[in-house]
Amino acid sequence: MMKIDIHKSFGKFRLDATFEAAAGLTAIFGPSGSGKTSIAKVLAGLETPDTGRIEIDDHILFDSQHGINIPVHQRNIGFVFQEHRLFPHYSVRGNLRYGATRNNARQKSITIDFIIDLFGLGKLLDRQPISLSLGEQQRVAIGRALMSGPDVLIMDEPLSSLDLHRKQDILPLIEKLKTELGLTIIYISHSLSEITQLADNLVLLDNGQIKGAGPIAKLQNRLDLLPFAGGHDAGTIVDAQVVAHDIRYYMSELETTAGEFLIPGCQYEIGRSIRIRIRARDVALALTEPEHLSILNKFKGKVIDHRSGESGTEELLIDVGFPLSARITRKSYEQMNIQPGSDIWVLIKAVTINATETEVQYL
Amino acid sequence: MTLSEAELTVILLSLKVAIWCVAISILPALFMGWLLARRDFYGKTLLNVFIHLPLVMPPVVVGYFLLVTLGKRGVIGSWLFDTFNISLIFNWKGVVVATSVMAFPLMVRAIRHAIEAIDQNLEVAALTLGKPPYYVFLTITLPLILPGILAGATLGFARALGEFGATITFVSNIPGQTQTLPLAIYSLLQVPGSGDAVLKLVILSILLAFAAIALSEWLAHRALKRTGMRAG
Repeated sequence: MMKIDIHKSFGKFRLDATFEAAAGLTAIFGPSGSGKTSIAKVLAGLETPDTGRIEIDDHILFDSQHGINIPVHQRNIGFVFQEHRLFPHYSVRGNLRYGATRNNARQKSITIDFIIDLFGLGKLLDRQPISLSLGEQQRVAIGRALMSGPDVLIMDEPLSSLDLHRKQDILPLIEKLKTELGLTIIYISHSLSEITQLADNLVLLDNGQIKGAGPIAKLQNRLDLLPFAGGHDAGTIVDAQVVAHDIRYYMSELETTAGEFLIPGCQYEIGRSIRIRIRARDVALALTEPEHLSILNKFKGKVIDHRSGESGTEELLIDVGFPLSARITRKSYEQMNIQPGSDIWVLIKAVTINATETEVQYL
Repeated sequence: MTLSEAELTVILLSLKVAIWCVAISILPALFMGWLLARRDFYGKTLLNVFIHLPLVMPPVVVGYFLLVTLGKRGVIGSWLFDTFNISLIFNWKGVVVATSVMAFPLMVRAIRHAIEAIDQNLEVAALTLGKPPYYVFLTITLPLILPGILAGATLGFARALGEFGATITFVSNIPGQTQTLPLAIYSLLQVPGSGDAVLKLVILSILLAFAAIALSEWLAHRALKRTGMRAG
């Protein structure tokens, strides 16, 4: 458990961040310039806050009141940077070993063989960093940070320099870090799809201020936070399980708390837990049950809440078995005379749904 | 090409002086290069100007200042002599001091530029891996600036071999004591009919300079090859 309470002024910009990061992955999400990277630097000791307190498991790293400020190399916080920052004069093996001599309990469970295995680095060991691809470089960088046996791993947009294909290679590895190693990870990102797949907890940051913090499932449907949580692409993340494949039409049937859900493709095995993301703007509404439609996912729900959005839109929160965000025009909203408490039919085109694999087990 | 004993003396003295010059200057130059590249402090500009003075002042003037400060009656010179019985006047140690003062700014410049050129993010990354600053300097900074240090050493070595003005002013031109290659060439030029002997020493000077640069290039190449970086 990491407890964070930091305050710092950079000229006119003011950063105030108070939150906790438990085991698992806490994503800090916000637009660029919101202060995400500043938080990461302050936690690692690369920048000093004006006031505040940082502690990991009752071990104090920084306390302005008592004049405590543990230097970077004694904080036991691993850092994966946007750029890989591998040492050019050491081989891959040399880079991995560089972090290996930090002595603590966790260290002993992370051996170089374990890292080589986990990240598939066996064939790269004797190569120099410059000869590696970007994806390989970032895998080595994550492995190197782990070799130092950190209490907390900070990842500052670790995938931003990679193309989509490479991202999909590395995302499952990060997933494994929290499930297999039980690491506390603080993950800085402005990519909603990465957070959708990885995060257990979310901290929403805007202009140096925290707009919301908590478990991702609770935060995503706070309408007041919508503009910070993705704007145009805002949506709902739903945990689902693959229950059947329809080979004839090449589709998958999912089980969710709202009932059966269809998505195109059969790439996930039956029994697999996945996450799907339904963008608010991909949700259509109807007052009566529509028929003869191309839209396959149809649920009956109840309007919980609404809020006027920007430029003639209305944001709605609808309970369909889980709280679902929907965005429609104000014109539709008024013509349909929707009120909180209204019964409503929700329509979601199967092809708009974004599915990602997850190994998170919800007990 | 055979060398007379006198010529051999000149060459050995020149090499001895140049090697000592690099040996005693390289660590202070490394520290000064690091200080100027990485630290901000009051009087930094003044220090920078002071270090560069020998590069822009006439060498004879530098020699004159050495004479009045380090000479037997100079402030520091008399103290050195009284306390440690060390005299720099008219012997090879004085040549080392004169050449070191002249070579120092060249060495500092080369090292400073090398330190400024490396990616400080790598050092930050090493700190986050739990390594203390001194260890980071030894394992990250130093290997990465090694080509720059070698370049500084080569420049210093060459400067020491070729130094004339400050040396002759400070410690005079005494065969076997303070007479390095350029001083020997100068002396020979004063003697009519010594054209061949002059040519011989001139060629030797050029060969030594070439050898120094070749050695340094080879070492730098080796250092760079390990990092997979290209020279330049």
